[in-house]
Amino acid sequence: MIDIIDTYWLYFLVGQYPDGPLGGLVLTILLGFSALVLALPFGVLLGLARVSERRWLRWPVTALVYIVRGTPLLMVIFWAYFFLPSVTGHKTEQFSTMLTALVFFNGMYIAEIVRAGIQGIARGQMECARSLGLSYVQAMRYVILPQAARNMLPSLVNQFVTTLKETSLGYIIGLAEVSFIANQINIQLLTRPVAVFSTLALVYFVLCFGLSRLAYYLEVRHSRTAAGTARS
Amino acid sequence: MPHFDLAAVLTDEFRGWLISGFLLSLELTLIVWLLALPLATFTALCRLSSLAPARWVGFALVEGIRNIPLLVHLLFWYFAVPELLPESIRAWLYEHNAEFICAAGGLTLYTAAFMAEDIRSGIRAVPITQLEAARALGFGFLASMRRIVLPQAVRIIVPPLISQSLNLWKNTSVATVIGTAELMYQAQRVETASFRGVETFTLTTLAYLSVSLIITALAVWFQRRYPVRTA
Repeated sequence: MIDIIDTYWLYFLVGQYPDGPLGGLVLTILLGFSALVLALPFGVLLGLARVSERRWLRWPVTALVYIVRGTPLLMVIFWAYFFLPSVTGHKTEQFSTMLTALVFFNGMYIAEIVRAGIQGIARGQMECARSLGLSYVQAMRYVILPQAARNMLPSLVNQFVTTLKETSLGYIIGLAEVSFIANQINIQLLTRPVAVFSTLALVYFVLCFGLSRLAYYLEVRHSRTAAGTARS
Repeated sequence: MPHFDLAAVLTDEFRGWLISGFLLSLELTLIVWLLALPLATFTALCRLSSLAPARWVGFALVEGIRNIPLLVHLLFWYFAVPELLPESIRAWLYEHNAEFICAAGGLTLYTAAFMAEDIRSGIRAVPITQLEAARALGFGFLASMRRIVLPQAVRIIVPPLISQSLNLWKNTSVATVIGTAELMYQAQRVETASFRGVETFTLTTLAYLSVSLIITALAVWFQRRYPVRTA
Protein backbone atom coordinates (compact mmCIF):
# COMPACT_ATOMS: atom_id res chain seq x y z
CA MET A 1 0.00 0.00 0.00
CA ILE A 2 2.85 2.35 0.91
CA ASP A 3 4.50 1.78 -2.48
CA ILE A 4 1.31 2.77 -4.30
CA ILE A 5 0.99 5.96 -2.27
CA ASP A 6 4.68 6.64 -2.87
CA THR A 7 4.25 6.39 -6.64
CA TYR A 8 0.87 7.94 -7.14
CA TRP A 9 0.37 10.49 -4.37
CA LEU A 10 0.78 13.53 -6.61
CA TYR A 11 -1.51 12.10 -9.31
CA PHE A 12 -4.05 11.29 -6.60
CA LEU A 13 -3.90 14.82 -5.19
CA VAL A 14 -3.97 17.00 -8.31
CA GLY A 15 -4.46 14.71 -11.32
CA GLN A 16 -2.35 15.61 -14.33
CA TYR A 17 -1.82 19.19 -13.18
CA PRO A 18 0.33 21.19 -14.11
CA ASP A 19 0.79 19.29 -17.41
CA GLY A 20 -2.95 18.77 -17.82
CA PRO A 21 -6.23 19.84 -16.25
CA LEU A 22 -6.48 19.98 -12.47
CA GLY A 23 -7.93 16.81 -10.96
CA GLY A 24 -7.80 14.50 -7.99
CA LEU A 25 -8.56 15.33 -4.40
CA VAL A 26 -8.02 19.06 -4.92
CA LEU A 27 -10.67 19.06 -7.64
CA THR A 28 -13.08 17.14 -5.40
CA ILE A 29 -12.72 19.69 -2.61
CA LEU A 30 -12.87 22.62 -5.03
CA LEU A 31 -16.01 21.26 -6.69
CA GLY A 32 -17.73 20.45 -3.39
CA PHE A 33 -16.89 23.85 -1.94
CA SER A 34 -17.93 25.89 -4.99
CA ALA A 35 -21.13 23.86 -5.32
CA LEU A 36 -22.10 24.62 -1.74
CA VAL A 37 -21.14 28.29 -1.90
CA LEU A 38 -23.16 28.80 -5.09
CA ALA A 39 -26.09 26.66 -3.93
CA LEU A 40 -26.40 28.68 -0.74
CA PRO A 41 -27.84 31.94 -2.20
CA PHE A 42 -29.93 29.88 -4.63
CA GLY A 43 -31.28 27.76 -1.78
CA VAL A 44 -32.01 30.82 0.39
CA LEU A 45 -34.08 32.37 -2.41
CA LEU A 46 -35.98 29.11 -2.93
CA GLY A 47 -36.46 28.72 0.82
CA LEU A 48 -37.88 32.25 1.06
CA ALA A 49 -40.24 31.42 -1.81
CA ARG A 50 -41.32 28.28 0.06
CA VAL A 51 -42.49 30.34 3.07
CA SER A 52 -43.80 33.25 1.00
CA GLU A 53 -47.41 34.33 1.43
CA ARG A 54 -47.76 34.73 -2.33
CA ARG A 55 -49.24 31.58 -3.80
CA TRP A 56 -48.00 32.19 -7.35
CA LEU A 57 -44.50 32.08 -5.89
CA ARG A 58 -44.92 29.40 -3.26
CA TRP A 59 -46.73 26.73 -5.24
CA PRO A 60 -44.44 26.41 -8.30
CA VAL A 61 -41.32 26.45 -6.10
CA THR A 62 -42.83 23.83 -3.77
CA ALA A 63 -43.66 21.64 -6.76
CA LEU A 64 -40.13 22.07 -8.13
CA VAL A 65 -38.57 21.17 -4.79
CA TYR A 66 -40.69 18.02 -4.55
CA ILE A 67 -39.91 16.99 -8.12
CA VAL A 68 -36.15 17.46 -7.83
CA ARG A 69 -36.02 15.76 -4.43
CA GLY A 70 -37.79 12.77 -5.94
CA THR A 71 -35.24 12.47 -8.73
CA PRO A 72 -31.83 10.80 -8.38
CA LEU A 73 -28.87 13.19 -8.59
CA LEU A 74 -27.48 11.06 -11.41
CA MET A 75 -30.58 11.88 -13.45
CA VAL A 76 -30.00 15.61 -12.87
CA ILE A 77 -26.37 15.17 -13.94
CA PHE A 78 -27.43 13.48 -17.18
CA TRP A 79 -29.93 16.26 -17.86
CA ALA A 80 -27.19 18.85 -17.32
CA TYR A 81 -24.87 16.84 -19.55
CA PHE A 82 -27.44 16.87 -22.35
CA PHE A 83 -29.12 20.19 -21.90
CA LEU A 84 -26.28 22.59 -21.16
CA PRO A 85 -24.61 22.24 -24.57
CA SER A 86 -27.89 22.92 -26.38
CA VAL A 87 -28.64 25.91 -24.15
CA THR A 88 -25.20 27.51 -24.17
CA GLY A 89 -24.45 26.54 -27.77
CA HIS A 90 -21.02 25.04 -27.20
CA LYS A 91 -19.75 21.90 -25.55
CA THR A 92 -19.72 22.24 -21.78
CA GLU A 93 -16.77 20.79 -19.92
CA GLN A 94 -17.38 18.20 -17.22
CA PHE A 95 -16.53 20.52 -14.33
CA SER A 96 -19.21 23.09 -15.23
CA THR A 97 -21.72 20.32 -15.98
CA MET A 98 -21.15 18.78 -12.59
CA LEU A 99 -21.14 22.16 -10.85
CA THR A 100 -24.45 23.16 -12.45
CA ALA A 101 -26.07 19.85 -11.52
CA LEU A 102 -24.81 20.03 -7.94
CA VAL A 103 -25.86 23.65 -7.43
CA PHE A 104 -29.32 22.97 -8.83
CA PHE A 105 -29.79 19.75 -6.86
CA ASN A 106 -28.37 20.99 -3.57
CA GLY A 107 -30.27 24.27 -3.88
CA MET A 108 -33.47 22.27 -3.39
CA TYR A 109 -32.15 20.60 -0.26
CA ILE A 110 -30.81 23.88 1.14
CA ALA A 111 -34.23 25.40 0.43
CA GLU A 112 -35.74 22.87 2.84
CA ILE A 113 -33.07 23.62 5.46
CA VAL A 114 -33.79 27.35 5.11
CA ARG A 115 -37.55 26.79 5.27
CA ALA A 116 -37.19 24.71 8.44
CA GLY A 117 -34.82 27.31 9.89
CA ILE A 118 -37.27 30.16 9.23
CA GLN A 119 -40.26 28.20 10.50
CA GLY A 120 -38.28 27.36 13.64
CA ILE A 121 -38.27 31.05 14.59
CA ALA A 122 -41.28 32.04 16.69
CA ARG A 123 -44.02 33.80 14.66
CA GLY A 124 -43.99 36.63 17.17
CA GLN A 125 -40.57 37.72 15.89
CA MET A 126 -41.97 38.52 12.45
CA GLU A 127 -45.12 40.14 13.83
CA CYS A 128 -43.04 42.22 16.23
CA ALA A 129 -40.62 43.36 13.52
CA ARG A 130 -43.50 44.27 11.21
CA SER A 131 -45.32 46.22 13.91
CA LEU A 132 -42.10 48.14 14.63
CA GLY A 133 -42.35 49.42 11.06
CA LEU A 134 -39.90 47.15 9.23
CA SER A 135 -40.98 45.98 5.80
CA TYR A 136 -41.30 42.23 5.09
CA VAL A 137 -37.90 42.23 3.36
CA GLN A 138 -36.24 44.20 6.15
CA ALA A 139 -37.79 41.96 8.81
CA MET A 140 -36.48 38.88 6.99
CA ARG A 141 -33.09 40.44 6.41
CA TYR A 142 -32.41 41.88 9.87
CA VAL A 143 -34.56 39.87 12.27
CA ILE A 144 -35.56 36.42 10.98
CA LEU A 145 -32.66 35.23 8.79
CA PRO A 146 -29.84 36.04 11.26
CA GLN A 147 -31.60 33.95 13.91
CA ALA A 148 -32.53 31.22 11.43
CA ALA A 149 -28.92 31.06 10.24
CA ARG A 150 -27.85 29.89 13.67
CA ASN A 151 -30.41 27.08 13.58
CA MET A 152 -29.34 26.13 10.08
CA LEU A 153 -25.58 26.00 10.60
CA PRO A 154 -25.25 22.31 11.66
CA SER A 155 -27.53 21.17 8.82
CA LEU A 156 -25.52 23.23 6.34
CA VAL A 157 -22.26 21.64 7.43
CA ASN A 158 -23.92 18.22 7.01
CA GLN A 159 -25.09 19.31 3.57
CA PHE A 160 -21.46 20.12 2.74
CA VAL A 161 -20.50 16.56 3.69
CA THR A 162 -23.27 15.27 1.43
CA THR A 163 -22.10 17.52 -1.40
CA LEU A 164 -18.50 16.31 -1.06
CA LYS A 165 -19.73 12.73 -1.30
CA GLU A 166 -21.90 13.62 -4.29
CA THR A 167 -18.95 15.03 -6.24
CA SER A 168 -17.84 11.39 -6.64
CA LEU A 169 -20.63 10.97 -9.21
CA GLY A 170 -18.53 13.14 -11.53
CA TYR A 171 -16.76 9.82 -12.15
CA ILE A 172 -19.67 8.77 -14.36
CA ILE A 173 -19.35 11.68 -16.79
CA GLY A 174 -15.55 11.37 -16.80
CA LEU A 175 -14.65 14.25 -14.51
CA ALA A 176 -11.12 13.63 -13.18
CA GLU A 177 -12.03 13.96 -9.49
CA VAL A 178 -10.50 11.71 -6.86
CA SER A 179 -12.70 8.60 -7.45
CA PHE A 180 -12.01 8.76 -11.17
CA ILE A 181 -8.29 9.10 -10.54
CA ALA A 182 -8.37 6.17 -8.12
CA ASN A 183 -10.05 4.08 -10.76
CA GLN A 184 -7.38 5.11 -13.29
CA ILE A 185 -4.69 4.03 -10.81
CA ASN A 186 -6.53 0.75 -10.32
CA ILE A 187 -6.60 0.16 -14.07
CA GLN A 188 -2.86 0.87 -14.34
CA LEU A 189 -1.98 -1.49 -11.50
CA LEU A 190 -4.67 -4.09 -12.23
CA THR A 191 -3.80 -6.38 -9.33
CA ARG A 192 -4.21 -4.07 -6.33
CA PRO A 193 -7.89 -3.04 -6.14
CA VAL A 194 -8.13 -3.63 -2.38
CA ALA A 195 -5.26 -1.25 -1.59
CA VAL A 196 -6.34 1.41 -4.09
CA PHE A 197 -9.99 1.56 -3.11
CA SER A 198 -9.24 1.31 0.62
CA THR A 199 -7.00 4.34 0.30
CA LEU A 200 -9.73 6.18 -1.58
CA ALA A 201 -12.32 5.27 1.05
CA LEU A 202 -9.97 6.34 3.83
CA VAL A 203 -9.38 9.76 2.24
CA TYR A 204 -13.11 10.41 1.91
CA PHE A 205 -13.61 9.17 5.45
CA VAL A 206 -11.06 11.54 6.97
CA LEU A 207 -12.54 14.48 5.10
CA CYS A 208 -16.21 13.74 5.74
CA PHE A 209 -15.86 12.42 9.27
CA GLY A 210 -13.95 15.53 10.29
CA LEU A 211 -16.66 17.75 8.88
CA SER A 212 -19.54 15.78 10.38
CA ARG A 213 -17.83 15.94 13.77
CA LEU A 214 -17.72 19.71 13.30
CA ALA A 215 -21.48 19.71 12.59
CA TYR A 216 -22.05 17.61 15.70
CA TYR A 217 -19.97 19.99 17.80
CA LEU A 218 -21.88 23.00 16.43
CA GLU A 219 -25.17 21.28 17.22
CA VAL A 220 -24.18 20.49 20.79
CA ARG A 221 -22.92 24.03 21.35
CA HIS A 222 -26.02 25.46 19.72
CA SER A 223 -28.48 23.48 21.82
CA ARG A 224 -26.56 24.57 24.90
CA THR A 225 -26.71 28.29 24.09
CA ALA A 226 -30.21 28.16 22.59
CA ALA A 227 -31.56 26.88 25.90
CA GLY A 228 -31.15 30.39 27.30
CA THR A 229 -33.07 32.23 24.56
CA ALA A 230 -36.81 32.74 24.77
CA ARG A 231 -38.90 30.80 22.28
CA SER A 232 -42.59 30.16 22.05
CA MET B 1 -32.72 19.79 -31.96
CA PRO B 2 -34.94 17.10 -33.49
CA HIS B 3 -38.65 17.02 -32.82
CA PHE B 4 -39.67 15.61 -29.41
CA ASP B 5 -40.96 12.15 -30.24
CA LEU B 6 -41.64 9.69 -27.44
CA ALA B 7 -42.63 6.95 -29.88
CA ALA B 8 -38.99 6.79 -31.01
CA VAL B 9 -37.91 5.33 -27.67
CA LEU B 10 -41.04 3.25 -27.17
CA THR B 11 -40.40 0.68 -29.86
CA ASP B 12 -40.77 -2.89 -28.62
CA GLU B 13 -37.04 -3.31 -28.15
CA PHE B 14 -36.35 -0.08 -26.25
CA ARG B 15 -39.51 -0.38 -24.18
CA GLY B 16 -38.44 -3.86 -23.14
CA TRP B 17 -35.05 -2.56 -22.00
CA LEU B 18 -36.56 0.28 -20.00
CA ILE B 19 -39.17 -1.92 -18.35
CA SER B 20 -36.62 -4.56 -17.39
CA GLY B 21 -34.44 -1.80 -15.92
CA PHE B 22 -37.35 -0.37 -13.97
CA LEU B 23 -38.24 -3.81 -12.58
CA LEU B 24 -34.62 -4.51 -11.64
CA SER B 25 -34.42 -1.16 -9.80
CA LEU B 26 -37.56 -2.08 -7.87
CA GLU B 27 -36.20 -5.54 -7.11
CA LEU B 28 -32.89 -4.09 -5.93
CA THR B 29 -34.71 -1.59 -3.70
CA LEU B 30 -36.89 -4.31 -2.18
CA ILE B 31 -34.07 -6.79 -1.52
CA VAL B 32 -31.77 -4.14 -0.06
CA TRP B 33 -34.56 -2.80 2.12
CA LEU B 34 -35.30 -6.24 3.55
CA LEU B 35 -31.60 -6.88 4.24
CA ALA B 36 -30.83 -3.40 5.59
CA LEU B 37 -33.63 -3.14 8.13
CA PRO B 38 -32.54 -5.98 10.47
CA LEU B 39 -28.89 -4.91 10.11
CA ALA B 40 -29.85 -1.32 10.98
CA THR B 41 -31.90 -2.41 13.99
CA PHE B 42 -29.00 -4.50 15.25
CA THR B 43 -26.56 -1.60 14.77
CA ALA B 44 -28.91 0.83 16.51
CA LEU B 45 -29.26 -1.52 19.49
CA CYS B 46 -25.45 -1.83 19.60
CA ARG B 47 -25.15 1.94 19.76
CA LEU B 48 -27.66 2.11 22.63
CA SER B 49 -26.21 -0.82 24.54
CA SER B 50 -24.81 -0.40 28.02
CA LEU B 51 -21.76 -2.42 26.95
CA ALA B 52 -19.00 -0.04 25.82
CA PRO B 53 -17.46 -2.38 23.16
CA ALA B 54 -20.89 -2.87 21.53
CA ARG B 55 -21.31 0.91 21.40
CA TRP B 56 -17.89 1.32 19.78
CA VAL B 57 -18.70 -1.31 17.15
CA GLY B 58 -22.00 0.43 16.37
CA PHE B 59 -20.35 3.84 16.18
CA ALA B 60 -17.53 2.60 13.95
CA LEU B 61 -19.97 0.87 11.60
CA VAL B 62 -22.25 3.88 11.23
CA GLU B 63 -19.57 6.55 10.88
CA GLY B 64 -17.27 4.39 8.77
CA ILE B 65 -20.00 3.68 6.26
CA ARG B 66 -21.82 7.01 6.19
CA ASN B 67 -18.72 9.09 5.54
CA ILE B 68 -17.71 7.29 2.37
CA PRO B 69 -19.59 8.03 -0.88
CA LEU B 70 -21.91 5.31 -2.18
CA LEU B 71 -19.97 5.26 -5.44
CA VAL B 72 -16.80 4.28 -3.58
CA HIS B 73 -18.72 1.58 -1.69
CA LEU B 74 -19.91 0.12 -4.96
CA LEU B 75 -16.47 0.31 -6.63
CA PHE B 76 -14.99 -1.40 -3.60
CA TRP B 77 -17.64 -4.13 -3.62
CA TYR B 78 -17.26 -4.76 -7.31
CA PHE B 79 -13.48 -4.55 -7.75
CA ALA B 80 -11.97 -5.25 -4.33
CA VAL B 81 -14.33 -7.55 -2.44
CA PRO B 82 -14.07 -10.44 -4.94
CA GLU B 83 -10.27 -10.31 -4.50
CA LEU B 84 -10.70 -10.92 -0.80
CA LEU B 85 -12.93 -13.96 -1.31
CA PRO B 86 -11.69 -17.53 -1.69
CA GLU B 87 -11.43 -18.81 -5.26
CA SER B 88 -14.55 -21.01 -5.17
CA ILE B 89 -16.88 -18.30 -3.88
CA ARG B 90 -15.44 -15.82 -6.39
CA ALA B 91 -16.16 -18.18 -9.26
CA TRP B 92 -19.68 -18.67 -7.96
CA LEU B 93 -20.12 -14.89 -7.74
CA TYR B 94 -19.10 -14.29 -11.34
CA GLU B 95 -21.49 -16.99 -12.50
CA HIS B 96 -24.42 -15.51 -10.59
CA ASN B 97 -24.82 -11.90 -11.71
CA ALA B 98 -21.94 -10.37 -9.73
CA GLU B 99 -23.10 -6.84 -10.68
CA PHE B 100 -26.41 -7.31 -8.92
CA ILE B 101 -24.99 -9.03 -5.83
CA CYS B 102 -22.23 -6.42 -5.37
CA ALA B 103 -24.69 -3.56 -5.84
CA ALA B 104 -27.01 -5.14 -3.28
CA GLY B 105 -24.12 -5.61 -0.85
CA GLY B 106 -22.89 -2.02 -1.09
CA LEU B 107 -26.37 -0.52 -0.98
CA THR B 108 -27.36 -2.67 2.00
CA LEU B 109 -24.46 -1.45 4.14
CA TYR B 110 -24.91 2.16 3.03
CA THR B 111 -28.68 2.18 3.65
CA ALA B 112 -28.37 0.31 6.95
CA ALA B 113 -25.96 2.92 8.34
CA PHE B 114 -28.46 5.72 7.70
CA MET B 115 -31.44 3.70 8.92
CA ALA B 116 -29.55 2.79 12.11
CA GLU B 117 -29.22 6.47 13.01
CA ASP B 118 -32.96 7.05 12.46
CA ILE B 119 -33.83 4.05 14.59
CA ARG B 120 -31.43 5.11 17.31
CA SER B 121 -32.74 8.67 17.53
CA GLY B 122 -36.31 7.34 17.49
CA ILE B 123 -35.58 5.06 20.42
CA ARG B 124 -33.80 7.85 22.25
CA ALA B 125 -36.84 10.08 21.80
CA VAL B 126 -38.78 7.75 24.11
CA PRO B 127 -38.17 9.08 27.63
CA ILE B 128 -35.45 7.10 29.43
CA THR B 129 -37.79 6.74 32.41
CA GLN B 130 -39.91 4.31 30.35
CA LEU B 131 -36.90 2.00 30.12
CA GLU B 132 -36.01 2.52 33.76
CA ALA B 133 -39.57 1.76 34.88
CA ALA B 134 -39.62 -1.40 32.75
CA ARG B 135 -36.27 -2.53 34.17
CA ALA B 136 -37.47 -1.77 37.71
CA LEU B 137 -40.50 -3.97 37.07
CA GLY B 138 -38.13 -6.83 36.30
CA PHE B 139 -38.02 -6.86 32.47
CA GLY B 140 -34.60 -7.61 30.96
CA PHE B 141 -32.98 -5.08 28.57
CA LEU B 142 -34.21 -6.85 25.45
CA ALA B 143 -37.66 -7.53 26.87
CA SER B 144 -38.16 -3.91 27.93
CA MET B 145 -36.97 -2.77 24.50
CA ARG B 146 -39.35 -5.11 22.73
CA ARG B 147 -42.41 -4.69 24.94
CA ILE B 148 -42.17 -1.11 26.20
CA VAL B 149 -39.76 1.14 24.29
CA LEU B 150 -39.94 -0.07 20.66
CA PRO B 151 -43.76 0.03 20.35
CA GLN B 152 -43.64 3.70 21.36
CA ALA B 153 -40.60 4.44 19.21
CA VAL B 154 -42.15 2.99 16.04
CA ARG B 155 -44.34 6.03 15.47
CA ILE B 156 -41.28 8.28 15.59
CA ILE B 157 -39.04 5.97 13.56
CA VAL B 158 -41.29 5.14 10.62
CA PRO B 159 -41.43 8.57 8.86
CA PRO B 160 -37.61 8.97 8.65
CA LEU B 161 -37.34 5.30 7.62
CA ILE B 162 -39.74 5.96 4.76
CA SER B 163 -37.59 8.87 3.64
CA GLN B 164 -34.52 6.59 3.82
CA SER B 165 -36.41 4.17 1.58
CA LEU B 166 -36.87 7.04 -0.85
CA ASN B 167 -33.12 7.70 -0.73
CA LEU B 168 -32.53 4.00 -1.33
CA TRP B 169 -34.78 4.07 -4.40
CA LYS B 170 -32.84 7.05 -5.77
CA ASN B 171 -29.48 5.55 -4.80
CA THR B 172 -30.08 2.39 -6.84
CA SER B 173 -29.31 4.58 -9.86
CA VAL B 174 -25.65 4.78 -8.80
CA ALA B 175 -25.36 1.00 -9.34
CA THR B 176 -25.09 1.76 -13.04
CA VAL B 177 -21.34 2.46 -12.49
CA ILE B 178 -20.63 -1.22 -11.87
CA GLY B 179 -22.89 -2.28 -14.71
CA THR B 180 -25.96 -3.43 -12.81
CA ALA B 181 -28.66 -3.44 -15.48
CA GLU B 182 -31.06 -1.23 -13.54
CA LEU B 183 -33.11 1.65 -14.91
CA MET B 184 -30.30 4.20 -15.29
CA TYR B 185 -28.11 1.64 -17.06
CA GLN B 186 -30.90 0.75 -19.48
CA ALA B 187 -31.65 4.44 -20.04
CA GLN B 188 -28.05 5.05 -21.08
CA ARG B 189 -28.27 2.01 -23.33
CA VAL B 190 -31.45 3.23 -25.02
CA GLU B 191 -29.96 6.71 -25.36
CA THR B 192 -26.84 5.37 -27.06
CA ALA B 193 -28.84 3.17 -29.40
CA SER B 194 -31.56 5.68 -30.32
CA PHE B 195 -29.77 9.07 -30.07
CA ARG B 196 -32.94 10.26 -28.34
CA GLY B 197 -31.53 11.66 -25.11
CA VAL B 198 -34.35 14.02 -24.20
CA GLU B 199 -37.10 11.45 -24.76
CA THR B 200 -35.24 8.69 -22.93
CA PHE B 201 -34.41 10.86 -19.95
CA THR B 202 -37.94 12.27 -19.79
CA LEU B 203 -39.35 8.76 -19.50
CA THR B 204 -36.70 7.68 -17.00
CA THR B 205 -37.21 10.78 -14.85
CA LEU B 206 -40.96 10.15 -14.81
CA ALA B 207 -40.38 6.52 -13.82
CA TYR B 208 -38.12 7.54 -10.90
CA LEU B 209 -40.49 10.32 -9.93
CA SER B 210 -43.60 8.15 -9.89
CA VAL B 211 -42.16 5.74 -7.35
CA SER B 212 -40.65 8.62 -5.32
CA LEU B 213 -44.00 10.38 -5.11
CA ILE B 214 -45.74 7.18 -4.00
CA ILE B 215 -43.16 6.78 -1.22
CA THR B 216 -43.57 10.45 -0.22
CA ALA B 217 -47.36 10.06 -0.16
CA LEU B 218 -46.93 7.03 2.07
CA ALA B 219 -44.91 9.10 4.54
CA VAL B 220 -47.54 11.85 4.61
CA TRP B 221 -50.32 9.28 5.11
CA PHE B 222 -48.46 7.58 7.97
CA GLN B 223 -47.85 10.84 9.80
CA ARG B 224 -51.54 11.73 9.57
CA ARG B 225 -52.75 8.26 10.53
CA TYR B 226 -50.25 7.60 13.32
CA PRO B 227 -49.15 10.95 14.77
CA VAL B 228 -46.47 10.89 17.49
CA ARG B 229 -48.16 10.74 20.89
CA THR B 230 -46.70 13.11 23.42
CA ALA B 231 -47.01 12.05 27.01
